[in-house]
Amino acid sequence: MEQISYILQQVVNGIQLGAVYALIALGYTMVYGVLRLINFAHGDVFMLGAFVAYFLISKFGLPVYLVFILTMVSCALVGYVIEKVAYKPLRDAPKISLLITAVGVSLFLEYFLSLKALFTPNYIPFPRPFEIETYDLSFFVITNVQLLIFIITFISLFILYLLIYKTRYGIAMRAVSYDKETASLMGVGIDGIISFTFIIGASLAGVGGILYGIAYPQINVFMGIMPGIKSFIAAVLGGIGIIHGAVVGGLIIGLCEVFVSAFLSSTFRDGVIFIILFAVLLFRPMGIFGKRIEKV
Amino acid sequence: MKKLFLVFMAVAFLAFPSFAKDTIKLGLIAPLTGDVKTFGESAKNGFIIAIEDYSKSGKYKIDPVIADDRNDPTEGANAALKLITQDKVIAISGPLTSKVAIPVSDIANNNKIPMITGAATNPKVTIHDGKRKPYVFRACFIDPFQGTVAANFADKELKVKTAAVLYDVGNDYSKGLAEYFKATFIKKGGNIVAYESYQKDDVDFSALITKIQVKKPDVLYLPDYYNKVALIARQVREKGLKSTLIGGDGWDSPELIKIAGGAIVGGYFTNHYSPDRKDPIAEAFIKRYKEKYNTVPDAFAALSYDATMILLKAIDNARSLKSEDIVKYLNSMKNHKGVTGNINFDKNGDAVKSAVILKVEKDRVRYMTTVNP
Repeated sequence: MEQISYILQQVVNGIQLGAVYALIALGYTMVYGVLRLINFAHGDVFMLGAFVAYFLISKFGLPVYLVFILTMVSCALVGYVIEKVAYKPLRDAPKISLLITAVGVSLFLEYFLSLKALFTPNYIPFPRPFEIETYDLSFFVITNVQLLIFIITFISLFILYLLIYKTRYGIAMRAVSYDKETASLMGVGIDGIISFTFIIGASLAGVGGILYGIAYPQINVFMGIMPGIKSFIAAVLGGIGIIHGAVVGGLIIGLCEVFVSAFLSSTFRDGVIFIILFAVLLFRPMGIFGKRIEKV
Repeated sequence: MKKLFLVFMAVAFLAFPSFAKDTIKLGLIAPLTGDVKTFGESAKNGFIIAIEDYSKSGKYKIDPVIADDRNDPTEGANAALKLITQDKVIAISGPLTSKVAIPVSDIANNNKIPMITGAATNPKVTIHDGKRKPYVFRACFIDPFQGTVAANFADKELKVKTAAVLYDVGNDYSKGLAEYFKATFIKKGGNIVAYESYQKDDVDFSALITKIQVKKPDVLYLPDYYNKVALIARQVREKGLKSTLIGGDGWDSPELIKIAGGAIVGGYFTNHYSPDRKDPIAEAFIKRYKEKYNTVPDAFAALSYDATMILLKAIDNARSLKSEDIVKYLNSMKNHKGVTGNINFDKNGDAVKSAVILKVEKDRVRYMTTVNP
């Protein structure tokens, strides 16, 4: 009995972590879908989201829903600008140039923002917009922060689903990711769709940043690196380019991390995550939901 | 008129060259930004006060060169090389954290530059492969002593039987303290029910805390710096784990209570000195510090002041400004009266000093007891 409640408690911990990974992984996977690019700067957009929320809460004391909206808008703007400035001029360049540029953008964001006049490299306590409360459900305890993470993630995923499967933009986006040339011949504005993808991905990362800041109330400019890498692994695990794959991948990575710590040793945790990456790339490079690419 | 004045000044300078003291450069390496920035800020304040105090009667004019290591070993090594090769400092005070002090002490030692660290407590700062680094000293006790004091305190004063340890596996300081605490606690008949580690950049401790919670330890030992400790403490209390928290000198920061809030109240930590200390030298320093910086000096300010004062005293009293002579004086120095107590170096260049145990209260830390080596 005690063992079951222990496992349930760890599952709750794992979903909390996995939900945030899923939000970030979506951005990786969507951008990969339309551009065939691993956008390494995505983890830093996530960091920016946390910082924007920090300023909105601590300097202006805005209510939570406004913090979410304004943070999403600013992150979307940043995502849009990154694409226009760094990636668009390289649209016809070899893929490797794009990849190197992505790494460059990531390092630029981290080190430029860590200047003393900007965010500084210091650790900054993130102000919680509300007091934490713990609910004891006899089998496990759950906090209002965890509930917030579950609910916000669920709402975001639902809206994303509607956007991709029920709107013309979504259809166009899927068409571009399926075959860019043909979609363009059918009258789809490729540039607009790519910008749209970046905007959606970046605002989801922004939401992830706020939730992360609320759950682990300490932020710094380098906070995006590890969650970024792990979300990237989540996207690969689920099948890069596949939306629901990113969500499932995120949850699996979150649960794996927690269960390795809980039943093996915390020292092995990151090691196991990277072994998963190796194993996926070796044995099933298209990921869980990916289809084997057929050569025509 | 202006010209005449300039000519007069020039003549004055030429005529009385003996009035001007020789200028020498003294370096400080400290984490002024990054995850432990309050350590660096305090150390810098202590360093500056030490130079001001020295200037009243010292033989030389001191030109301070301050470098930021960001609590990053690579940054620290770069800073040390810059101070030594470009600025040509005569000696170095700092760094404060063991993980930076270990590589920097190697560089200082290889370049034969005397270095005293104020607060780096890991044994490897002064010892390399069982051999003493002759140019390196420290003004504080070492981790085997600190970890032992914490374990003894848990056993004797708190009278607890079970403990859990949560430490940063990539940090020599945290790892060292965890090991010494564990060894002593077991020797005293206690039981270590959980011994878990995390990585430097981790922020999610929920899995580990849930794991520890099942074992219901009486105390939880958290040997890390204040930022990480505050984050862990909050999650510990949010998850409903009630164990008493214990830690080391890395807790000593005004930010600890600010970030952790009520979660850290009731915790104990081992430290180098307490601002409640009754001693003329300490009281004078605390008064000066309060006037200048409007806050009570923590151990990092006091230790940095002591380390810098010892260096300056050695520079004044050594036969020459050669590194060998300064080191010779440091080795023979007896009973330096410092803010943090009497300082004598043992054969490894480590200070033999007592530790104090402090309790975290709502808005301040309270002195509990002193433990002698």
